[in-house]
Parts: sequence; C-alpha cells; structure tokens
Amino acid sequence: MDMNVVVCVKQIPDPTAPQALDPATGTLVRDGKLILDDSDAYGVEMGLQLAEQSGGGEVTLVSMAPNAETSGLRTALAMGAAKAILVSDPLLAGSDALSTAKVLAKAIARANPDLVIAATESTDGYTGTTPVQVAELLGMPSVTFAKKVTVQGPAVHVERQTEAGFDEVECPLPAVVTVTAGVVEPRYPSFKGIMAAKSKPVDQLSIADLGLTAGEVGAGGARQQVVDVSAADERKAGEVVVDEGDAHERVVAFLEQLKIV
Amino acid sequence: MSIEKVWVLAEAADGAPISTVLELVTKAASMAATVEAITWGAGGQSGAAVLGDYGAKVVYEVGDIGDALPGAPVSAALAALIESGNRPDVLLVPATYDGRDIAGRLSARLDLPVITNVVDLEVSGDEVRSKHGIFGGAQIATARFTGERPWIFVVRAKSFAAQSSGGAPAEVQAVQVPALGATNAARVLSRHAEERTGPKLDEADVVVSGGRGLGSAEGYAMVEELAKLLNGAPGASRAIVDAGWVPYSHQVGQTGKTVKPTVYIACGISGATQHLVGMKGSKNIIAINKDQDAPIFSVADLGVVGDVHKVLPKLIEALKARS
Repeated sequence: MDMNVVVCVKQIPDPTAPQALDPATGTLVRDGKLILDDSDAYGVEMGLQLAEQSGGGEVTLVSMAPNAETSGLRTALAMGAAKAILVSDPLLAGSDALSTAKVLAKAIARANPDLVIAATESTDGYTGTTPVQVAELLGMPSVTFAKKVTVQGPAVHVERQTEAGFDEVECPLPAVVTVTAGVVEPRYPSFKGIMAAKSKPVDQLSIADLGLTAGEVGAGGARQQVVDVSAADERKAGEVVVDEGDAHERVVAFLEQLKIV
Repeated sequence: MSIEKVWVLAEAADGAPISTVLELVTKAASMAATVEAITWGAGGQSGAAVLGDYGAKVVYEVGDIGDALPGAPVSAALAALIESGNRPDVLLVPATYDGRDIAGRLSARLDLPVITNVVDLEVSGDEVRSKHGIFGGAQIATARFTGERPWIFVVRAKSFAAQSSGGAPAEVQAVQVPALGATNAARVLSRHAEERTGPKLDEADVVVSGGRGLGSAEGYAMVEELAKLLNGAPGASRAIVDAGWVPYSHQVGQTGKTVKPTVYIACGISGATQHLVGMKGSKNIIAINKDQDAPIFSVADLGVVGDVHKVLPKLIEALKARS
C-alpha cells in the first residue's frame, strides 16, 4: 500500500537567539528568520521512512504561519518531503492552540493522508494539545508520545511512552501519531536534496481558501490572553569550586549538611 | 459570575489517584465551594475515599475503558456530562500523557480553548488567572480565558502542595461513554513496565540528571549509579533524550518533567533555558560541569568546575565507602 503521510511542521524563531513577547499582544515575537523546529525533524524522518517502506508513498508537509516564511519548510523538503501546504495569512497572528488545530485540520484534509505525524509539542509554544485537537476535528484516532512506529497492513503499531514504561498500541489508519525526540535519527539534507528543495511545490493558502473566517482563528478567534509578563524571582548562584581531585568531598559534605547522606 | 464549581481530572496509577491529582484537588478546594473529580479505569471506587479526603464531594466514574487509550472515551464522557447541563466553571487537568490527550480532545469537542503548562492559579473576582514560566523560567506570564466556561487548565506536577482536609469519601456517580466511531479505534495490545528500583522522577527527594557532558550513552550509567546510592531518581537533559541515550520519560525541562527535589545534581548539563525551567524550583542544586561559564552555575548552590568523568567516579566511590 502506498502510504501518504502528512507531517505537521512548525517554523519557529531560532530558540538559541534571545526571545521576547510582544508587549501589546502578549504573543511571541516571530518577526525574525524562522527555522524548522528541531522537534519536527523526527516526524519528518519518521514520515519519510514509512513512505519509503510502503514502496510508493510520499510525505506532504503542513504548516501555518502569519507570514509567507518558507525557510524552515525548505529544510524539511531538502530532507525528502515531496511538497508542502503552507497556510499563510496575516489573520493567523495570535492564534491559540485550538484555532491552530482548526487551520491544520482543514489543510490536512486536503492532502487526504493515510497517516498524520506531529511532534509531541513545539519548542516555542509547547502547548502540546494541537495534534490531539487535530485528530478530534478530523474524526481520527490518535496515539501520542510514540517512541517506535511501524506500519503493518492497514494499521500503525506504536510503542507509546507511559509513566511506567511503554504500551504497545495498534491503531487502524488513517490516524494521528505524535513522536518523541529520539524515535528515529533525522537525516541531514544532502546537497542534492537542498538543490531539489528549491523547486518543490509549496502550496500557499489563505484562511479564506480553507473556508475559515477571521472570527474563528488568529487573535480574533483566541479566547485566552496573556495579561501580564514579569520577571521571575532570581535564583542566586552559590559557591563554585574548581576540581583539583577532591571536589567530590565538597559534594559529600554538602549532602551531609542536608542530611541526604 | 463567581467560581463555584471546579472539576479535577483524577488520573490514577496502580488503583490510586496520582500525586498531581491530589495537589489539584487541594487547590480546587481553595478556589470553589464545590469540587468534583472524574475517574476512569480502576481509579473510581478505590479513589473515592482519598479524593474525598482531599476535598472532592462527587466522583464521576467513567469506569472500565478496556484496552482503549483514555483520550477519546474519557473526553467524550466528560463532554456528554457538560452538554447535559452539568457545567463546572473550571476543569483542572494534570499535565500527564493521558491528561493532555483528554484535555485536547475535550477542547475540540466542546469548541473551548485550553491553557497548558500552568504552574500557579489564582482566583481574582470572577476570573481565574494562570501563571506560566517562560524563557526558561526567567519570566512569569499571567494568562486568562476571555470566553465561555468551563475553563480548561492543564497544570504541571508540583505546582501546589497536596493537603488532606479529612473530608468524607466522595459520592460515586457513574457516567456513560457515548458511542464513538473511529476516534476510539486505538487498542493497547500489551503494557510494559520498565524496571524502576528507586522513586519516581517527579516525586523523588534526590534527582541526579545527566547531559551531553557525559560523552556517551554508556556515561549515563554513572548517573544511574549515583541516583541509586542516594535513593534518588535519574533524570536527563533534552539533548541526551534527543540523542536517544535515554527515554523521553527521563527528560527534565520545559518539554519534559518539572522536578522540585530537596537536591538536584546536574552532571554534564550546561543549563539551557529549556532545562532550567524544569529544575530551578529544586531546593538545592549541585552542578558539575567542566565549562566554568555554563549557565547551570548561575542557579547552583554548589558548583563544581570539573570533568564528570573524574568527579563522578570518586563521588560514587566515596558514597559506597560510607554505606
């Protein structure tokens, strides 16, 4: 069976660069260059492997952004995804997780996938509910926190992380699966892949194209707001010692003082 | 409209409510006059006494869900209860694997938003304001809902102290799972418990975490050994979880667990903001790292600038010699 996989990806501000909230809206400032969220590289790799194993499937990326940024998508296309759908509309700025899920669900439905893969959460917003909201809106089952994914016939088999260990879960397709980091080793885009990515199709859609209105998504549809941002209590640095072969004694003394040993 | 009724999603493990649930029931009892809980699986009948003890008056029991994952059936039962007119003002959900699934599906079913990663809540008149650590916990954002209730908050472990109030066992009321189609099609074929000899990561008094500075997956054995010697739990930075050295369940940080042990020992962890947010609430922090400029030292009570491969074996040996 040809497996057509949709992988949800997010383009985020570089997490290693200083970040800030917009004081007026309380939302994350996203006006710099955006990159592919590291967390999404695992989903892209997983999707590519499953599509390749199926013999003739392909990976479609689905993403949304308030601007037409595509640099993060090009990274995933360079890894081997066939094409991308980018819902790009200024009206999307300030969307909450549920609005995001509504947009993604509409876009995903267009690709008619056998399997939808997403990260367990994004690195910048880390709400962690969007993929399951997408599944509910699409009427699909979902298996979250996958640490191993295989497709066997018409079902996906997942080792799902639990508090105690893991559950082996079987789920008929189509389904939504969220993958943890480490599920697979993401490939580095090859030079050939990077060149090919430049000409791969990125279908840009507005919210109107998806049949959504400004009242349903973006700041207009958000029913939650940040009302204040303030500095947290600073924790002070304590004593720092340089190990000269006996630093472990200081650690033992510290633990003794706390009656841990 | 004041806050009158708060529900708590009472996830259970081994037949008893998990510790985060007791924290949330305690908090709920300080927010509203009526506190009620929702249970499923084996958590209902056995949980009614302890949930009552912490302040819940009623337990809505979804009952046995068989080999289904809880997300679809529990959210559907909750949605049906709410749509029947039994509407709480607030629903508190523990930030667990299943809690997030249930909150997400319920949110989509009811078309109501959800606020996650809550670390504190305060009732202010007719509003509930939630607090969130952002940018590695350097700043605290305060958020609120502006629309219809119930307001769904997903709360991180250890945000509140659990306090028994000596309440009577909660009254148990059975609730039904409506017929579900494809959304409930996933089946658990088998459950595997990984061997864990010490305490749980988010409940341990001592947490020993390892990072990239350990050099390899094999280096993590030192972290496990030290944790065992101190009757603690082994944790990890995101970097080594991403590298596949240890499972995600060990991850401490923004996208992993929040821990607040008496002592947190960071071994070969530089202290990225992603990690700090999950552990800077620890009472005491010891950091061992060879880079003296590592950000972890800015939050450590005792910082050791040194190679974990030299310091840890000696520390382990010294502790073994004492026991």
